[in-house]
Amino acid sequence: MGTALRTLRASGNAVLDLAQMSLREVNQFLHDTDNGDFLIRNSRGAHSLACGLDGDMSVTIDGHVGYYCAGMNKRAHVTVNGNAGTGLAENMMSGRVHVKGDASQSAGATGCGGLLVIDGNASARCGIALRGLDIVVKGSVGHMSAFMAQAGSLVVLGDTGDALGDSLYEARLFVRGTVKSLGADCVAKEMRDEHKIALRKLLDDAGVSGADVAEFKRYGSARSLYHFHVDNAGQY
Amino acid sequence: MCGIAGLFLKNDALQGDLGRMTGAMLRELCDRGPDSAGFAVYGGQAQGTKLCMVSRNGAIDWSAIARRLSDAIGADVAVEEIEDHAIFKTMGAGEIARKWLIDNVPAAYVLSQGQRIEIFKGVGNPAAIMDRLDFEARTGTHAIGHTRMATESAVTVAGSHPFSTGDDTCLVHNGSLSNHNRLREQLVRQGERFQTDNDSEVAAAYLASRMRAGDTLKGALENGLRDLDGFYTFVVGTRDGFAVIRDPIACKPAVIAETDDWVAMASEYRAIAPLPGAENAKIWEPAPATVYAWSRAA
Repeated sequence: MGTALRTLRASGNAVLDLAQMSLREVNQFLHDTDNGDFLIRNSRGAHSLACGLDGDMSVTIDGHVGYYCAGMNKRAHVTVNGNAGTGLAENMMSGRVHVKGDASQSAGATGCGGLLVIDGNASARCGIALRGLDIVVKGSVGHMSAFMAQAGSLVVLGDTGDALGDSLYEARLFVRGTVKSLGADCVAKEMRDEHKIALRKLLDDAGVSGADVAEFKRYGSARSLYHFHVDNAGQY
Repeated sequence: MCGIAGLFLKNDALQGDLGRMTGAMLRELCDRGPDSAGFAVYGGQAQGTKLCMVSRNGAIDWSAIARRLSDAIGADVAVEEIEDHAIFKTMGAGEIARKWLIDNVPAAYVLSQGQRIEIFKGVGNPAAIMDRLDFEARTGTHAIGHTRMATESAVTVAGSHPFSTGDDTCLVHNGSLSNHNRLREQLVRQGERFQTDNDSEVAAAYLASRMRAGDTLKGALENGLRDLDGFYTFVVGTRDGFAVIRDPIACKPAVIAETDDWVAMASEYRAIAPLPGAENAKIWEPAPATVYAWSRAA
């Protein structure tokens, strides 16, 4: 590690400038760190930025990011002041990832835990194969969102594209706007008090004020596909 | 994989920078398509028709070919040589000249034909191809570039994108088509001339044939949603227009950015980042099965 990096690390708070440091240096620096506040500049759509973090740190990225930003995140809070490319917060474990712009496809894919907040829109396959992560999208999501989602939640304040929740397991989906179409085995379900309480907490955690839980509909699995039944063989 | 970059200028003051701006975009996409590359530039309007050609292999006596073409079409043909490429300029009928060249000059590929379009292609690292052909010095109103990672057919100069089969029309493609053989047969019966086995050339010929039959660029792309089966993000250039479309599944990436000065499309935002004013551009991901089109004529 160079002198400049040692100085940065000693301070516990730092500006990491991708015009001065390589992507690998920035990520390695964050991997070697357990806490502090960090600002990343000149991201310019770089891939794999702030991936694999595991510490009680706060990382703000001042610009747009490319593919796989904040993948596998544990504990860290990552904020992107811009848009994110494919695979945002993929396989996230815990902590919080907040994108202030839009996210491209497969945002939060296979996420196990924590909270992912997208202020803008997310495109296709948002929350695909979700396994426990909570996702709140303040805009709309694209087609095939929550495909095969097993656990966790997807909250959408806007609309959804085609085939929401196709082949869904036990993830909970809440949509305020219009659902273009539901995927196989995904159905509208009753919004009971326990769901309203859970949704209210998700909205509060995501910093959403002014949205009434009564405006949302809940969707979930009809559970007719994932227990194999020979009568459904044609549907697979 | 493949990388696409397209730039459509709205501010005429930037025309002198078109090659440099598009080149900066493509340099960010070399790793998405390291095996070959190509570029279409819509430059100043020529008197008559420009035909761009590239040698298949080794040196070619372009002047001798130009003399033969001149005799065949009954019009003068001027030659400009750029490395292994040549640009023929003639007041004769461009469509007839193109067919004559394809039928009579097996040592070369015809890359484009039109009043404004010029296409250049090469095999190898895209940045090195741009340097060799001095692409970044080129000027004009809009340009489309492609860096290729071949999937459907061989890595050759002719298999590089853009593909052009119609007057001042070209297409670049990220993806793969599954019904291109059947469609190629239909188009051949209608008189289309193909120079490769590439699926993307079929898409280019399909769109050119639809537009010759009266479709607008937007209409041709919408018909393509029905007739082209497979994965694609296309960028299409015409004499005065530029359009982007993704198939209904939208697996292949695309980002569009627009300012008062330009519209840019790229496979990834990092290719847009080098453009002046990118940080304040309106940026969005094109929706599936939706045509986005701009025209200088409108």
